[in-house]
Amino acid sequence: MEGYILKRLLMLVPLMIGITLVTFSVIHLAPGEPVEMQMAMNPKVGKEARERLKKFYGLDQPLHIQYLSWVGKIARLDFGRSLSSDGRPVIDRITERLPVTVSLNLIALVLEFGFAIPIGIMAAVHRDTWIDKGITVLVFIGFALPAFWVALLLMYFFGVKLNWLPVSGLHSLGSDSYSLPLYLWDMIKHLIMPVMVASFGSLAGLSRYMRSSMLNVIAQDYITTARAKGLPERVVIYKHALRNALLPLITLAGFSIPGLIGGSVIFETVYAIPGMGQLFYQGVMSRDYTLVMGILVIGATLTLVGNLLADISYAIADPRIRHGQ
Amino acid sequence: MSYKDSYFHAVFWRQFKANPLAVAGGALVVILFAVSLLAPFIARHSPDTINAWHVLAPPSWEHWFGTDELGRDVFSRVVYGARISLKVGFVAVGIAVVIGTAVGLVSGYYNGLTDGALMRIVDIMLCFPAFFLILAVITFLEPSIWYIMLVIGLTGWMGVARLVRAETMSIREMDYIMASRCIGCSDGRIILRHILPNVLSPVLVSATLGVAGAILTESALSFLGIGVQPPTPSWGNILTSGKDYIEFAWWLSFFPGLSILVTVLAYNLLGEGIRDALDPKVEKR
Repeated sequence: MEGYILKRLLMLVPLMIGITLVTFSVIHLAPGEPVEMQMAMNPKVGKEARERLKKFYGLDQPLHIQYLSWVGKIARLDFGRSLSSDGRPVIDRITERLPVTVSLNLIALVLEFGFAIPIGIMAAVHRDTWIDKGITVLVFIGFALPAFWVALLLMYFFGVKLNWLPVSGLHSLGSDSYSLPLYLWDMIKHLIMPVMVASFGSLAGLSRYMRSSMLNVIAQDYITTARAKGLPERVVIYKHALRNALLPLITLAGFSIPGLIGGSVIFETVYAIPGMGQLFYQGVMSRDYTLVMGILVIGATLTLVGNLLADISYAIADPRIRHGQ
Repeated sequence: MSYKDSYFHAVFWRQFKANPLAVAGGALVVILFAVSLLAPFIARHSPDTINAWHVLAPPSWEHWFGTDELGRDVFSRVVYGARISLKVGFVAVGIAVVIGTAVGLVSGYYNGLTDGALMRIVDIMLCFPAFFLILAVITFLEPSIWYIMLVIGLTGWMGVARLVRAETMSIREMDYIMASRCIGCSDGRIILRHILPNVLSPVLVSATLGVAGAILTESALSFLGIGVQPPTPSWGNILTSGKDYIEFAWWLSFFPGLSILVTVLAYNLLGEGIRDALDPKVEKR
């Protein structure tokens, strides 16, 4: 068990190097240099100033030197300064946005599992009945719904038509003067639609996965034994089958992280949520390449850590692995 | 062997036909192809004709899906948008499938160091939120539909690679591969002539599902304004103006979104249908 965790931790090193390599090449091998991109928009910048800026950002060095010095800084959590007008350190801009996106996605993840597990169980237990078929059709529609369209429709229906929910931001104007319960309620109202959009995305896939995982377990001999003992079906399903059926979902939770982070661009731009997705979109639009690189590295690292945590929890939860080594 | 005896007819087609969802998906895909080929005949107006007198008009007999902020016919724009979606879907998936299959074959056939290195690359690529990577690359390039296809393809091959690798590893151990090695077949010949044909059916399934994914990605990019550039109509960029006018013109958001939904649904149903029909383990329902 310890050996397994140690091996996984050691694997992080080459993967992290790979992540920085991909990020660096994506930005630097794309045609046109980052500073050129910025300057191209401003005809007033002369050749000399251009050279000076290049030197300032170290862009006059050969690529491998640039890469090494960049990685060296990242190792010390120094992601450089943002190229935007305020020129703040990238790490500050990211850390002020990160909590919003992470907590929003955590709520979404909890909701997803909270709904997907019972839906999957229901479909599996009622296999091939109209309940299962109905769920299957709904799942397929859920798969096909574009997140930004759902975001727009919710906005139109709850925001514009019914006027129940606020359509942008995290707080209302002047909410600073609210009492605490009112302030929280205001924030919850702002969060309802973004969380719905964030969580429904993987709900369909997850419930489908839960269904097949449950069907696999139900087909096993020990479930037949449990039934043969005369246990009520409820006990067989929820006590004997469920625990094993849930195991593969742990891995899936890790796998769903990149999708969640990537999806945050959509709902954060639609609902004007000041999170990492919106920051990334702004960075990309203003060609703020230090910021873009920083977010790429941090986004990929989050996935890496998420997968590692998922694998370790799997090893702890599954006695076959726990006692195996 | 006559056509009727073939595996395709005897097993695959019978299974496929028995699955109403798969047939519905297949039919929808055929209809979508027809719509994009016949777009000039189906669209009742030109997709680019601006009409200042009919700005943001609700759906009517003349304009089935209403008109947009420049008075253009939304129905015609949605019909022409189908062309973009199909093009992006197929080219992007084509790129992803070629790369993924090549990496998977090599990785699965030569295990050891080659396999280890290639699979670590897959692991690394899978760490990135694909949408972030696509956004980052696309904005540093000039906006063009070809770049979009290329980038969606280049960030979407990892699943195919893993799938093909697993298949290749199990096929490699079979007796007929050993036999072809004994009669002196080269590695290249074994991979291309003896292994590749046998991994194509799972690849077909994931390609069909991949088309759906690529269409969703393209529409999301166009929605954010960095995909297909106006005035070329794409379902995603029609939705962008839909967002701006959502308070006055629901039709501008509703119909393009519905088209995306139906298209993606069609490819997913078709893909799952092919999977079930190809899988000998799936019992008949």
